[in-house]
Amino acid sequence: MAMSFNKTADGEWELNVCGYACPHPQMYTKKALQKLESGDVLSLVFDNPSSGESIMAMCEAEGNDLIDRQEGSGSFTWKIRKA
Amino acid sequence: MGVFLLVVIGSVWALAQDSRFLYLLVYVWFGLAYGVLLQYGRFCMASAVRDLFAVKVPRMAVGMMIAVALYALVATVVTLAGFSTFHPNAMGWHIVIGAAIFGFGIVFTGGCASGSLYKAGEGNMNSMLVIVAISFSQAIVVTASGWWDSLVPQSWIDSAAAKDMPAELTVNEGWFDIFTAGYIWDLKGSTTAEAFGMAETATGIVLMNTMLTAILPVAIILVALYVFYYRKGHLRRTGKTAPSLGDEIAGIWAMCISSKNTALAGIGLGILAGLHMYVTGALREHYDIFNFGELLVAMGYTNGLSIQDTVFDPGYWYITTQEAQWGGWIMQQLGINSMDSIFFGLDNGLPNPLLNAPGFMSIGIILGASVMALARREFKWKLPSWETAFFAIVGGTLMGIGARLAMGCNIGAFFATVTNGDPSGWVFLFGMVIGAYVGVKAFTWYMDWNDARKGSECGL
Repeated sequence: MAMSFNKTADGEWELNVCGYACPHPQMYTKKALQKLESGDVLSLVFDNPSSGESIMAMCEAEGNDLIDRQEGSGSFTWKIRKA
Repeated sequence: MGVFLLVVIGSVWALAQDSRFLYLLVYVWFGLAYGVLLQYGRFCMASAVRDLFAVKVPRMAVGMMIAVALYALVATVVTLAGFSTFHPNAMGWHIVIGAAIFGFGIVFTGGCASGSLYKAGEGNMNSMLVIVAISFSQAIVVTASGWWDSLVPQSWIDSAAAKDMPAELTVNEGWFDIFTAGYIWDLKGSTTAEAFGMAETATGIVLMNTMLTAILPVAIILVALYVFYYRKGHLRRTGKTAPSLGDEIAGIWAMCISSKNTALAGIGLGILAGLHMYVTGALREHYDIFNFGELLVAMGYTNGLSIQDTVFDPGYWYITTQEAQWGGWIMQQLGINSMDSIFFGLDNGLPNPLLNAPGFMSIGIILGASVMALARREFKWKLPSWETAFFAIVGGTLMGIGARLAMGCNIGAFFATVTNGDPSGWVFLFGMVIGAYVGVKAFTWYMDWNDARKGSECGL
């Protein structure tokens, strides 16, 4: 288990923080979003439910769009478009 | 559903053994309900202070304030009805220092004491490690002697010796005994109403305890959270450039309901925490007891009671002391005498975990969170890595040390106090905020260092 952050296509990135509890997922998400250009999409994979609530609030505060949410079996894959 | 049925069957079995186990089962079922709501609202008080500094998100701080307001209102009714089980904490520097150590620890463990319980219920084994670390670190802190004793000043030793305590407690040995008898017992603790000589009056309870000690600080903190963390984004989203007072109030309301799960959990937990006090208070009156220890003696269970025939039995939501008892009980079984301490020997006892009523509240929280996580398909076994296990054990140990120095965690020393008119809880919150702020700085430094070290691998 290790955190990974990769560019998957032009303007698309994936951050996987499975196995990490708070505050890792939200702090890594914040850091990853800082690396992205406006309009880029981040696929975020995490399995700590509590982080989701904070990440949602972060997106709302920064104006980033949460464009897709896939959830199941304890894991979450969210797509965030940077404002 | 299976977990729920297990608790029902266990409860029926216990009542069949002795109907007086009802007293213990109240803890179990309130714990279960707390666990359901904590998981539903992702209600972790560590997040309240940590996420403010780490990611500038006030969600949980707002949820915590909602819970404080509701608990305070219900506690007022319970106190007026004469069923309050609350005892104020001693006010002193130990609260700030302990809370700061606790606040530093929670940044690294990923949850406060209750948060670790509900996350354990989601299958997070790191959180289980945190609980183990909290349990043993507290038990070691309250029983340790030898070089630890050099940590306390002579004045405390003299003051403790002057207390004329039973010889079996050996209060002149063990730094925590000296700290308790020589320092804590010399401090005063009272509700605001008591401090103004109005403890017995409805005016004192409502105005001094509820309004002045709980509701007013909550209102001030909510306004501060809005101004510093929510207002800018809210005005941008609503397109207001010259907001009126009405717009600002609407903004504070929007902040309060921006996470519905958290707000609803806050309301539910606040009400439940107050009701818990009422039910336990009513049962104490019914059985004509002050403490569960008396009931245990009447039921024929005399092992593990303190020399006053008491056990830890706060009568309200509490977390850390019962976990210290788990650690202390295991140490006792391993032949390490823990009953010669004030903490266990005089105050809280070391009952078998199967008879530890607040202990079952903690287990109830884990099970309640499991019920909710399974129902929402969010349960997942999460194994620790070396890195997360290290943080869990070190952070959990700091939480345990901090909680004992401050005489409780964010529940027992903050949530249960400010809601019952005891201002010492705000001092705890102040210390916890300082600790969490420094913790977030340290954690950010660690992340940056770690990412720089593995830069080519992770790219962050």
